This record gives sequence, structure tokens and C-alpha cells, in this order.
Amino acid sequence: MEHGEQQQHREEAHVVSYGRLFLIWLGLVALTGITVAFAGINLGNWIIITAMTIASIKTLLVLNVFMHLKFEDRMFRIFVLVALATLLIFIVLTFFDYAFR
Amino acid sequence: MTSSVTAVAQGHVHRDDVGTKLGMWLFLFTELILFGGMFIVYAVYRFKYPTEFHLAATELDTLVGTVNTLILLTSSLTIAMSITSIQEGKKGLSLLLVGITIALALAFLVNKYFEWGHKFAVGLYPGSPELLNRPVGEILYFGLYFVMTGLHGLHVIIGAVVLAVMMVFIAKGTVTMHSFVRLEAGALYWHLVDIIWIFLFPLFYLLH
Amino acid sequence: MATSAVLVEAAEPDFYHAATKHKGILSWILSTDHKRIGILYLATMLVFFFTAAVLGVLMRLEMLTPGKTIMEPQTYNTFFTLHGIMMIFLFIIPGMPAVFGNFMMPIMIGAKDVFFPRLNLFSWWLFLAGGLLALVSVFLPGGAADTGWTFYVPYSVRTTTNVIPAISAAFVLGFSSILTGLNFITTIHRMRAPGMSWFKMPLFVWALYATAWIQILATPIIGITLLLVGLERLFGVGIFDPTLGGDPVLYQHLFWIYSHPAVYIMILPGFGIVSEILPVFARRTIFGYKFIAFSSLAIAFVGSLVWAHHMFTVGMSNTGMFVFSFLTFLVSIPSAIKVFNWIATLYKGSIELEVPLLFILSFIVQFCIGGFTGLILGTLSINIHVQDTYFVVGHFHYVMFGGMGFALFAALHYWYPKMFGKMYKKAPAVVSWFLLTIGFNVLYFPFFLLGYLGMPRRYYDYLPEFQTLHQISTVGSWILFTGLVIMFVNLAVSLRRGQKASANPWGGETLEWKVPSPPPHENFHEVPVVTTGPYDYSKYEHVVQEAK
Repeated sequence: MEHGEQQQHREEAHVVSYGRLFLIWLGLVALTGITVAFAGINLGNWIIITAMTIASIKTLLVLNVFMHLKFEDRMFRIFVLVALATLLIFIVLTFFDYAFR
Repeated sequence: MTSSVTAVAQGHVHRDDVGTKLGMWLFLFTELILFGGMFIVYAVYRFKYPTEFHLAATELDTLVGTVNTLILLTSSLTIAMSITSIQEGKKGLSLLLVGITIALALAFLVNKYFEWGHKFAVGLYPGSPELLNRPVGEILYFGLYFVMTGLHGLHVIIGAVVLAVMMVFIAKGTVTMHSFVRLEAGALYWHLVDIIWIFLFPLFYLLH
Repeated sequence: MATSAVLVEAAEPDFYHAATKHKGILSWILSTDHKRIGILYLATMLVFFFTAAVLGVLMRLEMLTPGKTIMEPQTYNTFFTLHGIMMIFLFIIPGMPAVFGNFMMPIMIGAKDVFFPRLNLFSWWLFLAGGLLALVSVFLPGGAADTGWTFYVPYSVRTTTNVIPAISAAFVLGFSSILTGLNFITTIHRMRAPGMSWFKMPLFVWALYATAWIQILATPIIGITLLLVGLERLFGVGIFDPTLGGDPVLYQHLFWIYSHPAVYIMILPGFGIVSEILPVFARRTIFGYKFIAFSSLAIAFVGSLVWAHHMFTVGMSNTGMFVFSFLTFLVSIPSAIKVFNWIATLYKGSIELEVPLLFILSFIVQFCIGGFTGLILGTLSINIHVQDTYFVVGHFHYVMFGGMGFALFAALHYWYPKMFGKMYKKAPAVVSWFLLTIGFNVLYFPFFLLGYLGMPRRYYDYLPEFQTLHQISTVGSWILFTGLVIMFVNLAVSLRRGQKASANPWGGETLEWKVPSPPPHENFHEVPVVTTGPYDYSKYEHVVQEAK
């Protein structure tokens, strides 16, 4: 994006309504309830995957709506993916050592 | 992070809010990776000592953890709403919402204080004789518990301070309906603090 | 790069003489001008560099003979620790981005400063604080840390020396590095002049961009890791303590997850300066611009996947070792691509053997030696024999010093007229280059032989059979140090006595050569509009044709 394109001083066009924010909150609370409920069931090793999946969904809600990522320039989403992918790579490669010892 | 100014030759001053937000997001990435390092340690030790982690987790109070989760989720709602209200020009409402967010942060910290206090009271803290008597997997679990929730708590405090500064900005008119990127940046930080807890909660409190 | 702006008013003062809010020293240490901040970094960095270099010379003196020569074993341990900490965290990692990135990058993209000028100043203050903290750690009770710059556990937890001040220094310096990276990414994305698309950016800017991403994504890991060591020392948390179930190898994983990408933070800007200097002094456009640009990103990415090649002898799983060895081989490819493109740029160019080019030629040879020995080290079967020997020490000095160090010297001689408005004398500069190149290779090449023959690193004492090579190496350190002194004296004296420099003494085509030497406070009188690429030497083509 070049200097020239920023010459227009635009107002923040997108406002997230209170209603939408509240709905997201409800979703987050519901997902929290589900995670807690699942923890009571004996899922053995699957509990970690379930819990992490639900946590990821909650995170996506917070990222996209509360943090406005869905409505920002596409560049921001690419960068978030890069950061998350980096962390994932660190974990996966570390486990190439630990999982095969 | 304050909004920056890119001047053009005619002396005409432009704000670049997208750039300011980009800077804040980059900072958030560093926080993500900082906590990410701790998650790597957690993952390795949970992999090595799954049974002891399960056992040690029973010492944590799931109810307190759940309440704290709800507190932080609600605080994310209120700070997000404060942006909507400032965009609508509702200065008073915005101030109130930021204030509620800070109050929720303090409630979280009070809970944490009592949680930790209870652990110390039963002799569970790094280096304690009671802890050193336990299997190494449990020692590691509690080491991780104190470090990760401690580091997170520190960020809650920092976030609360940042939000307090935002309240000052709103009150003084530095942040307005037409110029609120500072508040957005502060809110972004707060949401990250919430996201970290979203992951900490199941990893420590919901193991059993 | 053709521009349509009138770029200079003769009457406008340069940035040294511009009106400032503060006066005297405050006009420097409280300045948010990226050019002043770049010079602040340069000045403070040189103090740290020379301190660390002197430590190195003293270490080589000690190694003249087996057993004690001039110092006690404990002193030697603190010397190599401090030498490593200072060279790595106070010189090579900040080096190119903080000095030349700060000074030149905004000008090269047609901007008047970085995106967050006050944050930039704060970065320098953090740098200063970290450096002072590292120096102070030497004099506090307990003595300087003796763990090596790598702070491996469990020793770093158990030693009574000043580990916490040392790791705090590294933590603060890491934060400085992060903020610089953040600033540069934002600047490059948001402040390029009209017409400067990504593929019209100078390659130095591409290099800084890739580097900045590593600074953001890798540095926090060392932050948390060192924090854990501190907590371990203070509270006995147990995370790395084997008696409490902790795994010291996990520390190494975390440490190298940052410290390997850190070496790419070190070298990528060096690659950038090579790509800047070659076109100017070969009078032709860079060969394979896009390959070089993308290879910087590729190195940043693949370089983040190879860290455990520092740990082949610690007991990792075989699977882990195979994966990391393979990935290590892969990361050499984008670097090799750069070297091929550079050679192709020189081929049939109209070569001007100026001082910056001399340093770059040494860089290319020395970096290749360093790179090849890196591949050798990445080979599992060989690594078993040469890990933790002088072979490793030779390897990293070749890439970091023979590579990045020489690139810094090249940048210094390339951009000196722009930064200081004066020209240095060529003869002493050439002499210094010669002594530096000879001295460097006499000092470090024997390290490969020593390591191959079995001399361990960080050892104060050694078997008599290694003595000759050590002595040759020490003599090399004297030649090298002499070269350093001549180089810096020449540059310092020329600040006063040098000839006034023109705006474009080298005939460069990037934007910094279109503004006066030194530049005025806001760099440009008007925002430049860019219409061509950064290495457009088409006007010289006819000269080359006629010369044939």
C-alpha cells in the first residue's frame, strides 16, 4: 500500500453493533459451558483435542469480531496466520524430538 | 502505542490509523510467541507426565477457573462495546464500559489472589517441602501453573493500567469519535490477555 | 531510479545543523530523528564492539600457550562469555538494522522518518540500558557470568556468578530488537513513496523486512526462556532441573528456537548490503532481483525450522535429528541462490574497485567458507566429531565476522559520505581492508584444523600438539586488530579532515544518493515520485558497449 493511497483520510467505516457483540459473547459463554461439561466425561486423550478445538473456536470469535480482524485489511489476517503458523511449527518440530525418543 | 503522523511536503498532516493498528498487531504477535514458549514447555511435560498432570490438576478449583473465564470473556465484551460507543460519539457510555472492563480485571485478580493464597496456605509453592515430596510430574505441573498464571496475571495488571490510561484519554478528549485508534490498540491488547486465558483455562483446570 | 521531485534546496541545513527542540547532548539523546538515532547506535555500538574485540585479543593471548599464560581459568570463562554476549547481542544482532537500517531505510523508500519515531528512540535507550547492564554484571559481587553466552542449564542455574544481570541485559536487548523490527515492518508497509511498489524497493529494504519478521516472531522465545532461567535461580521452579523432572534439553530447544533465527537476523541485512553495493560498483543492475528478494523471505522462513542442529550430540531422537539435518541442508539453497546472483551481477560488469566493493569481495569468499562449513556441521555423521570443537567456532566466526562483520565494514565505507558529508582517504582504507582480510583468515582458518584434530571449544587448557595452530591464530588476531585500528582511525580522522562529499560520490541510483550529504532533517524537500527500479544503470550500458 503506497503513501498516495493513504492520502484520503477516511473515517473508520465499520461499526460493530452492540447486538452482534452480545451474540458473540453468548457464543463464548456457551462454548465455555460445553468445555466444562466435556471435561466431566472421561474421554481419555481426546479431552485435550476437544478442549483445544473449542478454545480455538472461541479464539476465532474473539479475533474476528471483538478484535475486528474480519473487517480489517486482508494483510492483517495473513499476518495472524503467519504468527500462528510459526508457533505451530515450533511445537511440531520440538515434538519430532520428544515423540520419538 | 500512539498514532503516528506522516507529513506530506505541503506541511499537511496525515494520520495513518491502519499503520498504528499494524504496529499494535505486531506487538501482539510477540506476546503470543512469548506465551507460546510456555505452551511448548507445557506440551512437552504433559506429554512426559500425563498421569501426574491429571492428578495435580485435581487440586485446582474448577469453579473459580470457570468464573474467571466468564469474567474475562465479559470484559472483552465490554471493551469491544466501548469502541462501538465512542464511534457513536457516546463519550460517557464509552468511559463507563472501559471502567467496567477494569473492574472485571480487578475481580479476576482478586480471585487469583485468593487462589494462590490458598495454594500457599496448603504448602504448595515452588520449592516448598510439600511440593518437593510429590512426584516430579506434579512438581512440574505446579511450576508451570504458577509461572503461566503469574505471567498472565502480570499482563492483566498491565492491561488494566493501559485501559486506565485510555479512560484518561477519553475523558480529556484525546480519544474521540473521530480519533480512537489508541482505544482500539488498548482493546486489542486486552483481547489478547483474554485469548491467553481461554487456552490456559482448559489446560490447567479441565484435565480430569 | 528516476524521480520527478526537486530534491534539495541549497540553503537547507543538514540534519546535524537543523533546529532542534533541545540543545547540546540532549538534542541527540532525546532526538526522534532516525538519522541521529542511527548515529547514536553507531557510537554506542562501537564502544561495545571494541570492548568485546579487546576481550577476544586477550583470549587469544591466553591461548598462546597451554596452561596459564596471562589469566586464571575462571577469568577465561568470563571472557568468552562476555565476548559472546557483547558481540552477539550488542553488535551483530542490532548492528546493521539499528545503524544503517535506521539511517538509510526511510530515505531509501522516500519517507521522512520511520513510522514510530518515539518508539525508535526508546529502542535505542533500551539498547543502551542493556549494554550497561551487561557491563555492570561484570563488576557486581559474584563476578561476571561464566556460562558462555548460551547460558545452558543446569550450570546457569547453579553457578554463583551474575547470571541474572546478564540474562536481564539480554532480555532488555531483545525487547529493543523487537521494537525495531515492529517499527521497520510498519514503516515499509505504510510509508513507501508513491510509485515504489514492493518490487521497486531496494534489496536492502527487502532484507530489513525479512529480518524484522524474524525479530518479531523469534525474539520473544529467548525472552521467556531467559525469564525461566531467572525464575529457576530465584524460586527453584524446577522447569529445567533434572532432579525435579525438568529436561535441560528442553532449555536448549527453546534457546535455539530463537538463537538460530537470530543468526539470520544477523546475516540477512548483510546480504542486503551486498545486493546494494554490487550494482553500484559493477555499474549494472542486480542479476535476479526477484530471486534475491524472495530468497530473503525463504531464508527467514526455512531458517526458523533448523534450530536443533545445535543439539545433535545431546540425546535427541533419531527422527528429530534426521529432520533437522535435512532442513539444515535446505536452508543453504536460498543463500546459494544469492551468491550465484551476485557473481552473475559482477560478470562482465564495469568494475570499480572502491573500498566498499573490496570488503564485499572478502565477504563473498568468507561467507562461502562459513556456509560450506555449516553444511559440514549439519551432516550428522561429521557433527558427532566436530560439535563443541574449534570447528564450530571457526564456522560461526566465518559467517558472523567474515560475513556480517565485513558487510558492516563495507556499509560503513559505502554510506560514510552520505552520513557524515565527508570522504575518507582511500589508501589507508585499502590497507585496513587488506590487513583485516589477511588477519581474519590467519586467525580463524586454523580453527577448522584445530577442531578437526580434536581441540574442544571454551577450553582454557590444551594438549601441546595444538600449540602451533593456536600461535598462528593469535598472530592473525594481531594483524586483524591492527587492521581494525587503522580502519577506524582513518574514518575518525576523516570526520574532520576528509574532503567534503558530494550527494552521489559513487554513482548510486537508490534514493539516498538523490539527497545531500548529509541529508537535511526531513530527508526530502518534496515527497519523491518513483518511476523506475532501484538499480537502473541502463545509461551506462553504452559505456560498457564502447569499452568492448
